[in-house]
Amino acid sequence: MLPLLAVMASLAAVPLILLSSRFPNLRETWTISAAVLKFAFVCALVPGALANKSAVISLIDLSPGVSLAFKADPLGVFFATIASGLWIFTSFYSIGYVRGLQEEKQTRYFASFAVCLSATIGIAFSANLLTFLLFYEILTVATYPLVIHKETPIAISAGRKYLAYTLTAGVVLIAATAWTYHVAGRLDFRPGGLLAGSNLGSGEARLLFLLFLAGVGVKAGIMPLHSWLPTAMAAPTPVSALLHAVAVVKSGVFGVIRVVGFVFGPELMHRHGFDSVVMVLAAATIILASLLALTQDNLKRRLAYSTVGHLSYIVLGAALLSPSGFTGGIYHIATHATMKITLFFCAGAIYVQHHKENIGDLNGIAREMPWTMGAFTVGALGLAGIPPINGFFSKWYLGIGALEANEFVALLVFLLSGLLNAAYFFPIVYRAYFRTSEHNNNGHGEASPLMVVPLVCTAILSVVFGLAPNLFFGFFDLAMSITQSVLSGGRI
Amino acid sequence: MIEQHLPLLVPITYLFSALVIPLVGLAGRRYAYPVALIASLLATFAAARGLSVALREGAMRYAFGGWAPPIGIEFVLDPLSSCMSVLLTGLTSLVLIHARRPVESEVSGKEIPFYSVTMLLMTGLTGIVLTGDLFNLFVFLEISSLAGYAIIAVGEKPAPVAAFRYLILGTIGATMYLIGLAFLYMLTGSLNMADLASIIPQLPLTPPLVVSFAMMVVGVGLKMALFPMHGWLPDAYTYAPSTSSALLAPLGTKVAAYVLLRVMFFVFQPSFGRDMLPVGDVLTYLAAGGILFGSILAIAQKELKRMLAFSSVSQIAYIALGIGFGSQLALTGAVLHIVNHAFMKAALFLVVGNMRLVVGHSRIDQFDDSLRRLMPWSMAAFTIAALSMVGIPPLAGFFSKWYLVLASIERSAWGIVAIILLTSLLSAVYFFRVLERVYLRPLQAIGGSGFESLARKEVTMSMLVPTLTLSGALFILGVFNTTIVTKVIHAMLPPAL
Repeated sequence: MLPLLAVMASLAAVPLILLSSRFPNLRETWTISAAVLKFAFVCALVPGALANKSAVISLIDLSPGVSLAFKADPLGVFFATIASGLWIFTSFYSIGYVRGLQEEKQTRYFASFAVCLSATIGIAFSANLLTFLLFYEILTVATYPLVIHKETPIAISAGRKYLAYTLTAGVVLIAATAWTYHVAGRLDFRPGGLLAGSNLGSGEARLLFLLFLAGVGVKAGIMPLHSWLPTAMAAPTPVSALLHAVAVVKSGVFGVIRVVGFVFGPELMHRHGFDSVVMVLAAATIILASLLALTQDNLKRRLAYSTVGHLSYIVLGAALLSPSGFTGGIYHIATHATMKITLFFCAGAIYVQHHKENIGDLNGIAREMPWTMGAFTVGALGLAGIPPINGFFSKWYLGIGALEANEFVALLVFLLSGLLNAAYFFPIVYRAYFRTSEHNNNGHGEASPLMVVPLVCTAILSVVFGLAPNLFFGFFDLAMSITQSVLSGGRI
Repeated sequence: MIEQHLPLLVPITYLFSALVIPLVGLAGRRYAYPVALIASLLATFAAARGLSVALREGAMRYAFGGWAPPIGIEFVLDPLSSCMSVLLTGLTSLVLIHARRPVESEVSGKEIPFYSVTMLLMTGLTGIVLTGDLFNLFVFLEISSLAGYAIIAVGEKPAPVAAFRYLILGTIGATMYLIGLAFLYMLTGSLNMADLASIIPQLPLTPPLVVSFAMMVVGVGLKMALFPMHGWLPDAYTYAPSTSSALLAPLGTKVAAYVLLRVMFFVFQPSFGRDMLPVGDVLTYLAAGGILFGSILAIAQKELKRMLAFSSVSQIAYIALGIGFGSQLALTGAVLHIVNHAFMKAALFLVVGNMRLVVGHSRIDQFDDSLRRLMPWSMAAFTIAALSMVGIPPLAGFFSKWYLVLASIERSAWGIVAIILLTSLLSAVYFFRVLERVYLRPLQAIGGSGFESLARKEVTMSMLVPTLTLSGALFILGVFNTTIVTKVIHAMLPPAL
């Protein structure tokens, strides 16, 4: 029952949010309580997942033999914990953000946000491909109102681009799912691959894998399918923070892991050489995205390209199919989430308080916003892979994973990307602390506590997870157990 | 006691009310509407009873006047026909609940003939579905067609021309069907479907048999607006009154699809159109063309009703595609799409009716966000129906496409898979084109009246409830599609596939 409750918690809040549109405080109470409740439900699932006893709930059949089913397996719980936990921070932050900017249509904003979270948790807990597909499509549609939220021509065209990419990916995924059903006769995810042992010809397998990769690759931002993401930065910053750094894009990455580990499985991946294909794509994405990030002057766009790069860390880690690589990749879902959400929060706080979006304008901003820029520095250092911040930790495992798989190129990519991360983040930090602004921008100071407290919290989380990866919920053990189950083909 | 007359009750209720309406109309125009509505509700009730009986006890036969078939005419209430009659009567009831205000404003002064002819239309459509006799089917086809021409012609200024075009093409279609039937009668000496089904397998494959099959398929295809024989449809749906479009678009062509299904799989053997003649393949190719053609033209339209009409051409082709493949999965998808598309199109056309009543037009390029301000609920219903058409799960539209995609993969028809999925995207283009205007295009302020000053002007409950019921039903049809498929649709598919 718990997985269902976790999915429904925020969906149930939607009508309440809509009904209390005239009472902003009450409306935000619903959001916060839904977020807390959702997180509590997800947390309650952690012990079961650690003990490898996944809660399963199967509702009605969606298609004969394929039911709408949820299964809180370790991977699902891992992803759901991050998404729902960070939603709490984002909710507080959102309130500060939309009120600080006096945004219009806040009700639509909070309602869509709640639907997105339900869809994300639905994706995390999907027990089979059809359920996954269902929530994947709901997420696509529910994110659209958030992307076009500002209703400016730029936002509307960003919305079009977003839909063009994600709906196309959706139909490709429909084809892939239907084909899988035709081949395997079932669609339930299983560690080691549901297609393992099926008599799929080599050409067919290639095409099918390509379909899957395109289907989940768009949201995962694998080049050349990434370009919707920088464009979608037209959305309000909390949306970019939670959806375009955590929920939506990580759903794509989560999909990649599901496809690699639970649909095809390591054995098929090796046999047909898909792992190399994914590795090449992911490595190219990491380097190119980092280089592109260097050229962006808009802070959010730079963060977006950085996200594209880091998503491919995870993809590359999964494609290595070595114990440490897979674990590191999964763990990077969590580490990148806490760091990147911090950075986006900072970008939003700067925008709300100083209306500055471009990096060139950030000279001396740290004097105005010490807390914000402190948190930004933590996030930036972490993404560059400096210990003791958690980014170092996942990257360490990814590096070891590359060595385990004898992929020295992958190791080089990780190291080079660390340098590039430093190259595009440190100038921002440098400007903020060591340059003085020509304009006198006194008197604005920090953003409201509703925004600053969440971003400081996520920065602290990044450090804490770096020092003690297992402190909360045995997070790292969870990642390890997923790897074990996938690589041993479900035999534990 | 009345139970044994169930097959007859639905058409006879409509026919009776078609005659009663002019009579009560003598007492006043306002009595026409309640009679039509009550008759339709009664028919729905009878049809629902029929479905439950047919599912429980199997096919139920009714011989007219005690003349035993094959000499006499019989009505057959089997799962397929009873399900179709529930769909027809149920949707008609919803559309009629909605109809009072639009009919008053669009065909004012002509309510009595309008409702009377509508009842005749329904007599014809339900008669086609329930009859067990191919010639009798032709008679009902003509009744429904003539009534259809009439309720189209009463619409906007170009409507009579559109109706005339439909009349010419519809008559050609019906005539072809009749010629095909004549050949069949010549060969077998029977017109009864069940009787024919037992005779045809013993016949040698002679040219007259081939011609008869081909003529019937082409004739029905024309009535069904199967690409490239769809020419009559866009104008007819565009210029007809809102209520007529809302009845004809979801139901009219579906009944033709039913006839196609009946002739190809129940009268003839399923293998006939597959192995003896490549009719199934031809249908598939035409359908693939129609799916693409309809969607592409829908993108180009400036008038919402016309866009929906072209979308119908494309959606009808989905059904034809399923019939063309003729496998269990494909027919499941086809029948499910008959149901789903009927609900979606009815919801969409009802919203168009609401728009025409509130803002007086439905031209896409003049839509702006005043629409969502004026009629938020209607627009919400439109959005849900549009998302269902695009194929977003868990809405109904996704699942019929799912079965069709599965069926195409089963046949390794990769081109068709690509076309079905591409069309989902095309329909996203033409629906989001509308939605973007409705929700995001700032009001073109005239005389300083801004967005905030607009008061809500939503249609009355009698119009809103059917609209919202239809779009809400899309969730239910989608989520419970497996129940429908396993409990109802599998029971109605031909036994020998």
